[in-house]
Amino acid sequence: MATYILKRFLQLIPVFLGATLLVYFLVFSLPGDPIVALFGDKPVNEAVAARLREQYHLDQPFWIQYLLYLKGIFTFDLGQDFSGRPIAAVLGEVFPVTARLAVMALIFEAVFGIIFGLIAGLRKGKFFDATVLVASLIVIGIPIFVLGFLLQFTIGVQLGWAKPTVSSAATVQDLILPAIVLGLGSFAYVLRLTRTSVIENMNADYVRTATAKGLSRFRVVRVHILRNSLIPVITFLGADLGALMGGAIVTEGIFNVPGVGNRLYRAVTQGEGPTVVSIVTVLVLIYVVSNLLVDLLYAWLDPRIRYDA
Amino acid sequence: MTPENMTPETPTASPAKRHVEHFVADFAETPLQATDKVKEDQAPLSLWGEAWKNLRKQPLFLISAFLILVVVAVSLFPSLFSGIDPASEACQLANSDAGPAAGHPLGFTQQGCDVYARVIFGTRSSVTVGLFTTLGVLLIGGIMGALAGYYGGWVDAILARINDIFFALPLILGAIVMMQLPVFRANRTAWTLVLILVTFGWPQIARITRGAVIEVRNADFVTAARSLGVSKFGALMRHVMPNSLAPIIVVATISLGTFIVAESTLSFLGIGLPPSVMSWGNDIQAAQASLRSNPMPLLWPAIALSITVLSFIMLGDALRDALDPKARKR
Amino acid sequence: MNASVEFHEAGAAAGRPLLEIKDLAISFTTSNGEVNAVRNAHLTVMPGETVAIVGESGSGKSTTALAAIGLLPGNGRVAAGQVLFDGEDIAHASEKRMIELRGNSIGMVPQDPMSNLNPVWKIGYQVRETLKANGLPSGPDDVAKVLSEAGLPDAARRAGQYPHEFSGGMRQRALIAIGLSCQPRLLIADEPTSALDVTVQRQILDHLDKMTTELGTAVLLITHDLGLAAERADKVVVMYRGQVVEAGPSLELLQNPQHPYTQRLVASAPSLASRRIQAAKELGVESEDLLAPAEDVAVASTLPDEVLQIENLSKVFKLRSGFGRSTDFTAVDNVSFSVKRGTTTAIVGESGSGKSTVAQMVLNLLQPTSGKIVFDGVDTSTLNSKEIFAFRRRVQPIFQDPYGSLDPMYNIFRTIEEPLRTHKIGDKASREKKVRELLDQVALPQSTMQRYPNELSGGQRQRVAIARALALDPEVIICDEAVSALDVLVQAQVLNLLADLQSRLGLTYLFITHDLAVVRQIADHVCVMEKGKLVETGSTDDVFDSPKQDYTKALLNAIPGAKLMLPPEAATA
Repeated sequence: MATYILKRFLQLIPVFLGATLLVYFLVFSLPGDPIVALFGDKPVNEAVAARLREQYHLDQPFWIQYLLYLKGIFTFDLGQDFSGRPIAAVLGEVFPVTARLAVMALIFEAVFGIIFGLIAGLRKGKFFDATVLVASLIVIGIPIFVLGFLLQFTIGVQLGWAKPTVSSAATVQDLILPAIVLGLGSFAYVLRLTRTSVIENMNADYVRTATAKGLSRFRVVRVHILRNSLIPVITFLGADLGALMGGAIVTEGIFNVPGVGNRLYRAVTQGEGPTVVSIVTVLVLIYVVSNLLVDLLYAWLDPRIRYDA
Repeated sequence: MTPENMTPETPTASPAKRHVEHFVADFAETPLQATDKVKEDQAPLSLWGEAWKNLRKQPLFLISAFLILVVVAVSLFPSLFSGIDPASEACQLANSDAGPAAGHPLGFTQQGCDVYARVIFGTRSSVTVGLFTTLGVLLIGGIMGALAGYYGGWVDAILARINDIFFALPLILGAIVMMQLPVFRANRTAWTLVLILVTFGWPQIARITRGAVIEVRNADFVTAARSLGVSKFGALMRHVMPNSLAPIIVVATISLGTFIVAESTLSFLGIGLPPSVMSWGNDIQAAQASLRSNPMPLLWPAIALSITVLSFIMLGDALRDALDPKARKR
Repeated sequence: MNASVEFHEAGAAAGRPLLEIKDLAISFTTSNGEVNAVRNAHLTVMPGETVAIVGESGSGKSTTALAAIGLLPGNGRVAAGQVLFDGEDIAHASEKRMIELRGNSIGMVPQDPMSNLNPVWKIGYQVRETLKANGLPSGPDDVAKVLSEAGLPDAARRAGQYPHEFSGGMRQRALIAIGLSCQPRLLIADEPTSALDVTVQRQILDHLDKMTTELGTAVLLITHDLGLAAERADKVVVMYRGQVVEAGPSLELLQNPQHPYTQRLVASAPSLASRRIQAAKELGVESEDLLAPAEDVAVASTLPDEVLQIENLSKVFKLRSGFGRSTDFTAVDNVSFSVKRGTTTAIVGESGSGKSTVAQMVLNLLQPTSGKIVFDGVDTSTLNSKEIFAFRRRVQPIFQDPYGSLDPMYNIFRTIEEPLRTHKIGDKASREKKVRELLDQVALPQSTMQRYPNELSGGQRQRVAIARALALDPEVIICDEAVSALDVLVQAQVLNLLADLQSRLGLTYLFITHDLAVVRQIADHVCVMEKGKLVETGSTDDVFDSPKQDYTKALLNAIPGAKLMLPPEAATA
C-alpha cells in the first residue's frame, strides 16, 4: 500500500508542473507583448505596466520566469491585481465561500444521487426507475446556466422561497439554492452511475452466493450490492469536488455569490490577466490533489488495487 | 503434497444399498436433434444489423433522431423556417420587449429584435461549432488514443502524462485562459472557438479510444490475423479499429451535445463567439439583464439550446444501450 | 457423530425422499417472449444420497437445481410442478421461508470460485456472516474451525485475507466451507470443480465426498462430465433440452444406456472413451478400432521426417514490480521435443505449465529467450520478414475461445478469405471457389458464407476457424485448447473432423490441452509439462500404460472415471 501511495504522489508532480507550465506558457510566452495583452481591450496604463513587468520578471529567460512564478505560488506571493490588492488576500476571501458552496453541492449530489440511484437500480424497469431515468436525462441535457436561470426565476423571484441573489456574507442558508443548481448536473450523473453499478452487481455471482447462504435481503443489499456499487461512485464524487470548484463560475455569476468563480468571471471580463492566471493555477492544484486523494480512496475501497504491481 | 491441500483418506463408510429404478423417457417426447445444426431460416444479420434492428424500436432513439434532423434542417436552411432574416431586417427599438404579435410568434428582445428569428438563425453557429469540434476531437483524440492503446510502451506513457495534464485543466477554464491570448482576442470567430475547444476536448476521446483498443487488441481474432501474416499496423486498421468503434461513437454523440453547451457557456461569459455572430449563448447573455421584467427572450433560446443538447444526449444513450457488449454477447 | 446424521438415518429408514422434484416446468420471460427452459423434470434425492444431473449447456440442469434453492434469476419462474423438500412444497414458498431454509437446510457450492466470493470483504467475514445469519456461533474460532475442516491450512490467518490472495483451489475450499458451515441436509454443488486444474479437482472432490459422508449430507451434483458423475454419484439423471431423458443407478446407466441421447453421451465422453481404450488395451484390443472411424484411410505423407524440432526452448518474462525493479518469471524452461510429419503430438499440462507459451513461440508470435525452433530443417529465428510471411502459410493456429477467434465485424466469407487475400492467392472468383470448398470440408452448409459469427454456435465457429486455418494449405496446425470450450457431443464432432482432415490431407497437429482424456483419443505422442519443464514424453500408449513420473501418474489418476471398472465397448456391443 505504501508503495502505491508513493507512486501516485510521484506521478502527481509532473502533472502539476506540466499543467502550470501550460498555463504559464499560454499566457506569457506566445507572440505579442504579454503585458499589453494582460490589459485586454483597455488602454495601457504605463505605471501599472512597469510594475507588472517587474513583477513578472519579464527581463529574465522564460525558465527563470516560470520558476519564480512557481516559487511565488508556494510562498503565497501571487502578485497584485490591477487595483493593487495582493491576490493572495483576495483568494483568501473568496475561496472559503466557494469551498462552502462546493461541499454543499457535493453533499446534495452524493446523498440524493446514491439513494435515488440505489432504489432505481433495485427496481429496474418499474415506474420509479423509468421516471428517474427520464428526469435525470433532462437534467443532464439542460445546460447549467439555463437551469440556474430557471430556478432563480421560479423559486427565487416568482415563488420567493429563496433569495434570488446571495448576500455578501454568503451564509449556508443563502447558498442552498446555488448549491442545488451547481450540484444538479452531477446529481443526475451520480444517480445514473449508482443505478448502473447496482444493476451490474445485482446480477453478480457473489450476490447469488450471498443469498444462497441464507442472508436476509436487506443484508445482501447493504453489505454486498451497495458496498461494491459505491466504488465507482465514490471515486467519481472525489474527482467531482475539484470539478465543482472550477465549474462554479457560471453558478456564482448567476446568483452573484462572492466566491472564486465570480472573481474569476470579473477578472476575465475586465481583462485582469494576472488574477486569471493565479486563480486558474490554484484551481489546477486543487484538482490535481483531489485526484490523488481519489486514487487513495479507491485503493482503500477496493483491496484488489492495493496489491497491484 | 503441497501444503494447501490437506485432503486425508476417504473413509470407507457406505450407505446401505437401495434398489434404484432405471427410468427412460418416452422417445417420442424427447426427440433428438442433430448436433449443432446451422440455422438457415433467417437472413444474415451482422452485429450492426442487429443493433439497428433494436434501435429502430426504441422510442428514445426515434424521438432524438427526429429532433436532430429538425435541428440540422434548421441550421442548414433557416430561411425555410423564418420569414424574417435578422441580418437584413434591422431591429426596431420601438418594439422593445413587446410580446407576441402577428408574424412574430415569440415576441421581441430588449433591442426590439424578433426572438423567433434570432433563435432560428442562431442555430447554425451553435451546431457548426459543436459538429466541427467533435470531428476535430475524434480525429486527434482517436489517433492518439489508438496509437497509445495499440503500441503501448513509451508512446502510451507519454500520452498518459499529456492526458493527465490536459485533464487538470477543465474545458471551461482552459478555454478561458486561452482566450486571454492576443491572437484570440483579436480574432474571435467560430473557427478559433472550435480550435480552442478541440485543444481541451481531445483528451477525453483519447482515453476512451485507448481503453477500447486495449480491450480489443488482446482478442484471439487479432492474434489469428497476425498469425496468418497480417502486419501489426494492418491488424490495427482492419480488425482492432472497427471493433473499437462502439464506445467511441457513443461518447462522440454525447460530446457533441457537450460542445454545444460549452460554446453557449463561453458566449454567455462573453468570451465565446463575438456579439456580432448570432448564437443562443449570446442571446441568453444579452437577455440576462432584463430577466426579471421579461424572461421570454432568455427562455426561448434556452429552450432551443436544451432541446438540441438533450436530443444528442438521448441519442448517445440509445446508442449505448443498443451497442452494449453485455447485451450482444450470447 | 452429530445429531444430523442420526436424523438422516431416521429419515432414510422412513424411506421418505429429502428432495423430490415432480413434473417441474420453469419458464423465462425474455424479449422474445416466454421460453420454456425446463419441462416435466423429475428427480428424487434420498437423505445422504449423492445424485448427479448430467447434461450439456442448455439442458436445464443448473436451472432445475437452482429452483430447489429458490435462486432462479429475476426473469425466471416455476410455471408448473412441485419441489418437495422433506415433504414441503417450496416451489412457490415465500421469500421469508426460503431464507430460513437456505444455509442450514439447503446449501450451495457454486461453480466459479473467483466471481462467487465478494472481492472487497475478507474470507473470514464472509464465513462469519453465514454462521451468524443461520443462528450459529460465529466467533473467530468457529470461523477458523469451519475453514480448516474444508482443508484450508493455517485457517486462522487465512480468514483475514481477501479472495484475490487465494489460489483457485483454496477459494473453492472456502466456498465449500461456506456451503457446509451450517451443516445443511442438502447440498447443491453446481459444477464445483470445472473451473479448476485437473489435479486440484480430484483433491477437492475427494474432500467434498469425505465431508458430506461425515455429515450425512445429501448432494445434488451438477456436471457436464458423465464420467465424473458416474464416479461420484449413486444415481445419475441425464437431461437434454430441458427434459429428463434417463435416470438410474450410475454404473447401470453407463453399461446399459437406453435412451439414444444417453447412448451418444456415453459414446462421446472423453473420460469414458479413454477409459474404454485403456481397458481394451488391458485385454489386448488395439486402440484404433475404438476411435471414431475415419472416412478413408488415404495415404498420408510417406516421408516420416520430423517437421518440427524444438531444442532447449526457454522463455523468461520480466515482471515489473514497481520502481524499476523486475523479477524473472520462467514460463518455459529448457523444453525439447520433436514432431513427426503427419502425426498428432499433444502437449498436456495444467495452468501455468507453459504449454500455450510454447505454442506461441512455435507460431513465431513470441520470441524465445533461448533455444531453437527448427521447422522443416530451418531455424525459425534466422528468418527475415519475407521468409516469416512465407512460413505463416505453412503453420496455422486454432484457438480456444470460439467467441473470440472470429472478428465479429467480418462475415464468414471474409473471415475465411482473409488469409487468401493477405497472401494474394488467386483472383476473386477462385478465392470464392476455395472458400466454398473449405466450407464443404468442415461440413458447414454453403449458406454459412453470408452469416456472421454472432449467428453461429460455438462448435460452428470452431469449424469456421478450422476452415480459415486450412485456407493456405498448411502443413502444421497448432490447436491451442481448440476443443476445451465445447460441449461434449460437439467436441466429439470436432475431434472427428480433425482426425478426418488429418488422414485426408496429411496434416501434422500440435495439440495443446489440459485434458488427458482427449489426448488418449487423438494423439500419437504426448509431452507432459509442469511449471515450464517437460516432465515426460513418449508415445501415447507408453505414457498411458506405464507413466514414469509422479506428476504424470497424478494427471492420469485425476481423469474422472479413472477408477471405474468399465468393460470395453467390444464386449458390450
